[in-house]
Parts: sequence; C-alpha cells; structure tokens
Amino acid sequence: MARDSGTRTLISQAQLERGRGRIIYWTLLVVVVVGFTLVFIGPLYWMVTGALKSGQEIAQTPPSLFPKDPQPQNYADAWHNLDLAKLLFNTFYYATGAVLFQLVLDTAAAYSLSKLRPVFGNAILGLMLATLMIPAMVLIVPQYVTVIDLPILHLNLLDSPFAIWLPLVANAFNIFLLKRFFDSIPEDLMAAAFVDGATPLRTLWSIILPMSRPILGVVSIFAVTAVWKDFLWPKLVMPSPETRTVSVGIYAFAGGTPMNVVIAASLIAAIPTVVVFLIFQRNIMSGLTTGSLKG
Amino acid sequence: MAITTVPGTTRPPGRRDPYPSARRRAGLGRKVRDNLTGHTFLIGAVVCFAVFSWYPMVRGVVMSFQRTRRGETTWVGWDNYARIIDDPSFWTAWKNTFYFTVLALVLGYAVPFFVAILLNEFRHAKGYLRILVYLPVMLPPASALFLFKFYAYDPSEAGLFNAILAALHLPTSEWMQSPGMTMPAMVLASTWMNMGSAVLIYLAALQNIPGELYEAAELDGAGIWRRIRHVTIPQTRLILALLAMLQIVATMQLFIEPLILANGAGTGDSATSVAYLIYQHGFFQNDLNGAAALGVIMLVVLAGFSAVYVRLTAKQD
Repeated sequence: MARDSGTRTLISQAQLERGRGRIIYWTLLVVVVVGFTLVFIGPLYWMVTGALKSGQEIAQTPPSLFPKDPQPQNYADAWHNLDLAKLLFNTFYYATGAVLFQLVLDTAAAYSLSKLRPVFGNAILGLMLATLMIPAMVLIVPQYVTVIDLPILHLNLLDSPFAIWLPLVANAFNIFLLKRFFDSIPEDLMAAAFVDGATPLRTLWSIILPMSRPILGVVSIFAVTAVWKDFLWPKLVMPSPETRTVSVGIYAFAGGTPMNVVIAASLIAAIPTVVVFLIFQRNIMSGLTTGSLKG
Repeated sequence: MAITTVPGTTRPPGRRDPYPSARRRAGLGRKVRDNLTGHTFLIGAVVCFAVFSWYPMVRGVVMSFQRTRRGETTWVGWDNYARIIDDPSFWTAWKNTFYFTVLALVLGYAVPFFVAILLNEFRHAKGYLRILVYLPVMLPPASALFLFKFYAYDPSEAGLFNAILAALHLPTSEWMQSPGMTMPAMVLASTWMNMGSAVLIYLAALQNIPGELYEAAELDGAGIWRRIRHVTIPQTRLILALLAMLQIVATMQLFIEPLILANGAGTGDSATSVAYLIYQHGFFQNDLNGAAALGVIMLVVLAGFSAVYVRLTAKQD
C-alpha cells in the first residue's frame, strides 16, 4: 500500500531495497508470515484435527500432528447430542432480528439527528453517547430485572427474542457511525428533495439509504457478530434449552460431554462468523476504522 | 485493501438547518410539524435506550440501597455495600482484576501497537497478515476459550503449550491449575482473541502519519527507535490514549475467561474477578441487590479512574 500511494513509512523505500536492508526485510517478512500463520491458524488447525481424534489419542504424549485414525463420528455426535441444528437456528434467528431492528430504528434515529435536527436532538445524542462509557457488567443486574418485568407493561421477556433484539437497538456506537455517515451527505440534496415536495420519509428512502449502502452493510455485520459472540446476556435471558444460543448451548453441555465432541461443536459454532468475516472482511475492516479518530 | 474514512463530517457554520430557506419563511405551525417528524423518527431508538439503558442505570443505583425479601422491598441504606465489602472474595476479586488489567495493558495494549508498526512496514502479504490477526476476533469467545482450555492449557504434556515447552527442554507448567499462572494464561488467551481490532485501528492511524516527518527525523540522524518515539508515538497519541481507556474498561469487566477457563474461581480464588462476583451474587446467591451495589462500586472505580486519566492526558496537551 505504501508503494501505491507513494508515502513513506518508518523506514524509507530506498533503505528496504538496498543490499542489507533487502535481506533483513525479506527475512523478517518470512518470519512474520510463518509466525503469524502458526499463531493464528495453528490453533484452528489443532481444533479441526483434534476433534477428529479419538479420546485416547487426544490424551497422548506427545500430541500427534495428524489424527492417526480420523473419527468424523465426533462431528456427527456433536451435531446430534447437542442438537446443534436447533442452537444454530436460534442464533441465526436472533441475529436476523437484531439486524432488522437495528437497521430500522437506529437508521431512523441517526437520520433524524443528522438531517431533521429536532429540538433537544443534541441532548438526546449526548445521553446516547454517554452510555458508551458505562461498562456492560455494571448494567447487567438492573437490565435483567427490567427484562423480567418491563416497566409500565409488566411483561416478562425471558425466553422471548425481544429480550435480545430490543436492548441491541440501544447501541450508541451504531447511531454514531450512521450519523457521521449521514452528516457527510450534502445538505443540497436534502434541500433539492424538499423543493420537489418530498417528505422526510421519502427523502430517507430514496436519497439517503441508497447512498448509505456501505455503512448499512457494516452495521448489519456488526449486529450479526454481536449476537453470535455474546455470551452472558443470552445465557441470562434465554434460560430454556429450547431457546439457547449456540455459545451458551456448548457451554451448558461442556461438563458432561467428551472433550473432542465439545471441540467439534465449538468449531461448528465458529464456522458461520468466520465465513461471514472472510466474505465481508473488506467492509468489516473499513467499518472498524470509520469509527476511529485521526491519530 | 484500502481503509477508508468517512470524509469531512464537520458542517460549515450557518448550514445547520436542513431546509434553510424553507424554514425561514415558515411559521410556528411548520416548525412544530418539522419537529414532530424529527421526534417520530427518533422514538423507537429513544424508547429502547430509555428502557434498556437509561432506566436500568438509575434502577441499579436505587436497587443497591434496597433489599427485596418475599416480594417486599425495603430501604436498607448502605447494608448491601457493607455486606459486599465484608465478603473476603471482594478484595481478592479486585486484586485479581487489577492484576489482569495491568498485565493486559503490558501485553494486550503494547503488543498490538508494535504489531501494527511492523505490518505497516511490509510491502507484501499485508492483506493476508491483517486477516490472520483479525480472525480470532470473529470466533465466538466460548469456542476460542474451549480451545485454550482443552488443548493449549492441558496440564499434562499432551497440551499444546506443554508439548512445545517439552520439545524445547523447558520446564512445563500446570497453567490454569497453578495459581501463579492463572492470570498470565488468561491474559494470553484474551490477547490472542481480541488484539485484531486494536491492530486494525492502529494501522489506520499509522497510515495518516505524513511521510515527511520520518524523512526529516532520518535526516536529523534519528534511528528507528527514536523515529518511533519522536514521530510515531506523538502522531498516534490520540488513538493510543483512547484505546488505553477502552482497554481498561474492557479488562475491568473480565468475566468469560474466568468462567470458562477456570470454572469461575480457579485454584484458590486465583481467577475470581469483580465481574464474576457480580454474576455470582446476582444469579447464584440470589442477591440481586448486593450485585447491584457491586456494579455501582465498579462504576465509581471506573469513573474515578477516567477522571484521573482525563486530567493526566489534558496536562500533556
């Protein structure tokens, strides 16, 4: 990238291309590529092959690099014993709902704060952003108490998907990301739409949203991974075995299940997010840095 | 792979109004209607914030001064706080949590910065390395931690780390079963899992440093270390400060690592954390009020910490 844009970094291009610099550069590059592959892919390899080993082989010293007698049965056992199909379906269902709720409600809020600017808009935004400073662990107890007996309505949301969907809408980071993106859309477009007689909803739908596809993609991906990675909240609000998410389900079964089967299940649980990442890695990486300040 | 930033988000002064010419002509009725539309768009998110964020915040504080027995709620003043602080696990949990935070600052904060500096120097394989570093961030934490628990930290020589140590003829460790290794082992697992996002954020910041600064430093005879100290670090100061704060807030909430790696407490309480104690009081001992009080203590500690921190960083400017 440095070469493309012509900017220099810590060490100059010339230094890297000269005799000694060149040797050091290539040595270091090979060391880092091999080292990182071992550190970051190695454990995953260990996981894939470990789940194929027999209970005996797994406990053997020193550990074997390849399973001598591969047992794909472990994966099948994990799938059936833990009812992974149900757990994966639950997680997928919660993730889909979370994306829809966040896209609709957070986009509308960010649009209002960025373009319609109602009275008290800035105060509301400030109150939203302030929640970023409050650690999740601090709120876990009062949030739980609120969910089992909603104020005014007195509904109990335990085992209801709304207990996962609605709290995720209260995501100041998403609103901040969306608002910043909408801020960058020229006001002239809004004014033009207004002159043409478009309502605010119409302007949002026909002008703002089509221009915002990249950021909407980023918010959706974050919503999916948040649901897939969350552990404590779904563990608390989805207590029944039928409504569990995949992470909680694996944890619940880990006690009485052979370890290679638990590993096989963990791997199956990891596949969806890893696949989402490999497909959308460009969007994810740009989304991550969009929210950051300039150094 | 280009890292994009959203272009200029500042608005020129005097252009704050979406329909400037229209509103100037408009009367009170139009203003009210415009505001009504604006608030209608806001309502869904505001209700969710109010119910699941703002209200629980207040309720947590109220709960911490109450006691509910057989459906009856009474005001008990500082009783919950006294009970929580009397618990011998309270101080162990804080000690462990602080120890974890310090270790995580050394390892989880410095390592990603230097990894980002290194990656930024490479002209090849950049995309590949970036994907590698970020990959564990995408794993569900439970999956990643079971991997560490069963394979890497197996106390026999069948475990990955012990197998490597044995192959190098180094003494092996009992990892999670040795109280002294519990925290370092948890920091190692947590760094592996989480460093990807910090690396990417640093990389984006490094790319914004003007090359001329390095050029000038080099002409002045500054070596690589001095260039890092006098150019890279000052130029990325804002991001470094922000991520330090986020890292501290995140590590103070240490929860899933003790739960999965050490079944909560570990050998001789070596893995008990404040967040784990909140969970235990609230959901095992049926002491939601005590857990709320502990939550408030955690919030106060973090707020005090942020205040000191803001002071310190403000002085530097």
